[in-house]
Amino acid sequence: MAIIGGTETTGRKVRWALLDVVVVVYALVPVLWIVSLSFKTTDTLTDGNFIPRKWTLDNYRTIFTTTEFVRALGNSIGIALISTAIAVVLGTMAAYAIARLDFPGKRALIGVSLLIAMFPQVSLVSPLFETERTLGLFNTWPGLILPYITFALPLSIYTLSAFFREIPWELEKAAKMDGATPGQAFRRVIAPLAAPGVFTTAILVFIFCWNDFVFAISLTSTSASRTVPAALSFFTGSSQFEDPAGSISAAAVVITVPIIVFVLFFQRRIVAGLTSGAVKG
Amino acid sequence: MADIVLDKVSKRYPDGALAVSDVDIEIADGEFIILVGPSGCGKSTTLNMIAGLEDITAGELRIGGARMNERAPKDRDIAMVFQSYALYPHMTVRENMAFPLRLAKVDNATVERKVNEAAKILDLTQHLDRKPANLSGGQRQRVAMGRAIVRNPKAFLMDEPLSNLDAKLRVQMRTSVSRLQKQLGTTTVYVTHDQTEAMTLGDRVVVMRGGVVQQIGAPQYLYDHPANLFVAGFIGSPAMNFVPATVEEGRLRCALGDLTLPDATRRRLEAADAPREVIMGVRPEHFEDAALLDEAARSRGALFSGQVDVLESMGSDKYAYFTLAAERASTAELEELAADAGTADVPSAGSQLITRISAASAAREGEKLQVWFDVANAQVFDPASGRNLTFSGD
Ligand SMILES: Nc1ncnc2c1ncn2[C@@H]1O[C@H](COP(=O)(O)OP(=O)(O)OP(=O)(O)O)[C@@H](O)[C@H]1O
Ligand SMILES: [Mg+2]
Repeated sequence: MAIIGGTETTGRKVRWALLDVVVVVYALVPVLWIVSLSFKTTDTLTDGNFIPRKWTLDNYRTIFTTTEFVRALGNSIGIALISTAIAVVLGTMAAYAIARLDFPGKRALIGVSLLIAMFPQVSLVSPLFETERTLGLFNTWPGLILPYITFALPLSIYTLSAFFREIPWELEKAAKMDGATPGQAFRRVIAPLAAPGVFTTAILVFIFCWNDFVFAISLTSTSASRTVPAALSFFTGSSQFEDPAGSISAAAVVITVPIIVFVLFFQRRIVAGLTSGAVKG
Repeated sequence: MADIVLDKVSKRYPDGALAVSDVDIEIADGEFIILVGPSGCGKSTTLNMIAGLEDITAGELRIGGARMNERAPKDRDIAMVFQSYALYPHMTVRENMAFPLRLAKVDNATVERKVNEAAKILDLTQHLDRKPANLSGGQRQRVAMGRAIVRNPKAFLMDEPLSNLDAKLRVQMRTSVSRLQKQLGTTTVYVTHDQTEAMTLGDRVVVMRGGVVQQIGAPQYLYDHPANLFVAGFIGSPAMNFVPATVEEGRLRCALGDLTLPDATRRRLEAADAPREVIMGVRPEHFEDAALLDEAARSRGALFSGQVDVLESMGSDKYAYFTLAAERASTAELEELAADAGTADVPSAGSQLITRISAASAAREGEKLQVWFDVANAQVFDPASGRNLTFSGD
């Protein structure tokens, strides 16, 4: 980008640096604010200082001693991981079929999945609530996993089929000619090449499940299946008379950590241009 | 190693397009055969049917005597080199070449030995641990060849394997492909749309047009005895000159003059029941600068004088271009050839005459030049069917 004007001048660099800083600050200020709040003591919570005057780890200690939060964290991790795994596996198979095969109803399938992705979640809350209560799924892990998969599948089918289309068809033909069965061709040639796509999709789906609030608040009633975003809204602090803002901030910081870990862990595997060198001179 | 027989093989795609129709080819064990033709004539489709990547709609394919129609590609024991090379980008050169052997469950020591052998033949030894992305086009091409040769398949199939290389590398690789095939003696089917590759590489050439085989024969035979207008125009570079002509009392009247036909040609025309209006074809290399010939030689052929439009000196010889005072010969075949070649090198596109004359010629651009040619070398075609009326082959 910076090369557009030919040689790079100091002026240009400064302008770009300024712009970058503005963007980063704009995006991070609320996050830093939460972090700052989580380290403040109850009495200094509302003093308006960005840097806490009195540092404390009490808020963190509190939330990890509340069984509610710990249970919610467990629920969140379990539900998000299971939903992600199922959605990505099913999505991989569906996307592969969509990218490679011509089967009757292909357009309809794509259309319907797009439709589901566009459906406002709120409008499904009451029907889901009724259905799950009748089926005994209300306030259970499957009760959240199922709707998450429903909404995550279109997302994963979409991203994955874009990745599969990038993989040259001829590689599969070459594998066949080299003596591979369709299964071997998929496992040893297609899957390794699709890996970056699968990881990207996994990240997106995980974040979607992890962050969901609407379903989490309306399809759960106890800490048996309540996830962190829902549990946060029930937070009271260590005693009923305490302002829970400090604890809520600490919990908010805690639940962003898994996402950052997840992204950092998978980002190493997302090596762009993995397919380069397959075809052409 | 085995022979390959295509017995009335046809291919109709699901959308109804008939890509290949009634193709009969018998490829002998160890033979190097070339499928050539303009874009879209069904070469790749034919090759993919032999490979098993496309179903055969009708007819039978036999390799080594056994019917192959229903067998999966992996059970046919043939290797293929793709135009795009199709190297596995996540594997090193060594792993790419070892892949077919690993799938065949060959033991490690043998894999190692075979890959090293192939790498040596193809001069890839120092690149074995690199990834395809870091190789040059020529090296990638050789890896693709390596992957094909490691497991001694019954046959090689190659779909325009050199077309992604630049001109110089293409010529080099052409020689090495030819040498490799001779060395291994494996039956090879090679697809190209480049007539130079077809002429230089193969034992025999199959010329296709619109899914139909036009003629099968040794390169020189096709050059000397094209069965029809299409083969005549396709084989040879620069292409044959085509001039509309009229047959009258044993003479051929055309823009090159009033030509007396040799007895042999006249008899063939009579036997073939030639129409009055025909197309005469003469190859550029059958012309010579008349000034360089003695009286006796000159009297054996016909002379044509004209103004040289363009003169190209190739060092070894010269190309003199003339404009003829006649309409250009035009048939479906010639139009197709012109379209495929990008009109420029097909003289029929304009009423242009290309002659290839000796480098010693004193011809100059814009000046008059008298050229000589032997009428016995001229071929006469039926404009309606494209058939070669002077065809002397069998
Ligand atoms: N999958 C397909 N479905 C329908 N028609 C097809 C398909 N593949 C090829 N064809 C048609 O079959 C004909 C032959 O195609 P083919 O790929 O064999 O040509 P080709 O001789 O290899 O040409 P090129 O030199 O351009 O590679 C073409 O008219 C093409 O449009
Ligand atoms: Mg082709």
